[in-house]
Amino acid sequence: MYSASDLRKGLKISIDGEPYMITDFSFSKPGKGQALYRCRIRNMINGNSSDRTYRSNDKFEKAPLEERTMQFLYEQGGEYHFMDNKTYEQIALSKEQLGDTTSFLMDNMDVDVLLFADRPIGVTPPTFVELNVTKADPWVKGDTSGSDTKPVTVETGFELQVPPFIEEGEKIQIDTRTGEYVTRVKS
Amino acid sequence: MAHARHLWQRAAFFQSIRTFFIDREYLEVDTPIRIPAPAPEAFIEPEPAGDWFLQTSPELCMKRLLAADFPKIFQICKCFRRQERGDRHLPEFTMLEWYRRDADYGDLMADCEQLLPFVANAMGLGPEIVVGGGKVSLAAPWQRLTVAEAFSRFGTMSLEDALAEDSFDEVLVRDIEPHLGIATPTFLYDYPAVLGSLARLNPENPKVAERFELYVGGMELANGFSELDDAVEQRSRFEKERQLITELGRQPAGPMPESFLAALSNMGPAAGIALGLDRFLMLLLGVQTIDEVVPFTPESL
Repeated sequence: MYSASDLRKGLKISIDGEPYMITDFSFSKPGKGQALYRCRIRNMINGNSSDRTYRSNDKFEKAPLEERTMQFLYEQGGEYHFMDNKTYEQIALSKEQLGDTTSFLMDNMDVDVLLFADRPIGVTPPTFVELNVTKADPWVKGDTSGSDTKPVTVETGFELQVPPFIEEGEKIQIDTRTGEYVTRVKS
Repeated sequence: MAHARHLWQRAAFFQSIRTFFIDREYLEVDTPIRIPAPAPEAFIEPEPAGDWFLQTSPELCMKRLLAADFPKIFQICKCFRRQERGDRHLPEFTMLEWYRRDADYGDLMADCEQLLPFVANAMGLGPEIVVGGGKVSLAAPWQRLTVAEAFSRFGTMSLEDALAEDSFDEVLVRDIEPHLGIATPTFLYDYPAVLGSLARLNPENPKVAERFELYVGGMELANGFSELDDAVEQRSRFEKERQLITELGRQPAGPMPESFLAALSNMGPAAGIALGLDRFLMLLLGVQTIDEVVPFTPESL
């Protein structure tokens, strides 16, 4: 149980049986008036945001969230299948539920699956993933166009900007939080 | 922790405020911070200190000084309020209060119109200051808006409905405050009588208390009013407030402030105001959090 004074950015609470994350928070107290705890909350299942204002005697349930390490098995018909590494239990998530994460998923990759009351609601990939470049324009040495990046496509179909010396067939490291190039991986 | 430059500016800021009041023949006073009987206020929770309490405001002691024939007084002091922490709140903060005999809330508004430009000028700023990307002109006269007008102009419900539904604070904070103090500072005035525990009711319209709040850039900066000088009426309001505190599940902090009530009959007509100095400095330095204008926050101790 949380009380209003526990509310802060990043806290996860349960409202009407659904998990919400507080994405913005401010404390207000009009002169001589009551303390008001103003929150922007995001529904962790459907992603919708809304604003709520609470008073100091309001109480909140902790969201029953659990993270489990699972292995990505395969994708079929827009469904992404994962297996719990300990219990071998299998679960599936839709493309919509995964969002941008699908850009970094490779077969057999270990990911953190977020469960709300035992129901999978999202996946966090490793912070850094290494992926093969499947499409890149050749590097023209002495190119004086002034551009210091070029677009490439990696094996998951994800496109990003990389330095011009990256060639097709090379492996690169990507930061999954930003989707940005980090470094070239020497094979 | 504040930037070193901000602490130098903080010291100059205090100096200019003192100069302003001393030039106008106010007496600087320093009343006790630890007191036995704070004014009972439903939504302000005093911090216990032994059997007594740290002051939430120097108001009661300062009015006793008015009653003891000090007609113009000011004080810069620390005040303490439990559970108040945010970008604009510290549980220990610095308050400026000034009180005048034979004056009303209109005189205090005029004082504010002089004080802010004076201090800004002393710090090499003004007559415009930049708040949240917009320019606020400190040149008088400033906007004056009654609470009822503000609700009908900006609120999602009327003042009457907001009071009936116990949503006054929510509508004020969510719908109204962001519109106040934008082109010039705004005086939001004439509060519903129930929301002015120590304020005099308007003799022509007893439904409203002669109380105002000063806003700059959407931020509340000061609360002033024509003081209630009727000890019998004040006692009955304090009793109601203590009752409300009990209903909210708390103990009133200390006994009824009897020595204050005894002095009140000698005070005569007067007006007084409390202005949050950390917030005023935030505006002048153009910073977004109160943490940036104080040497230490409670979390850093």
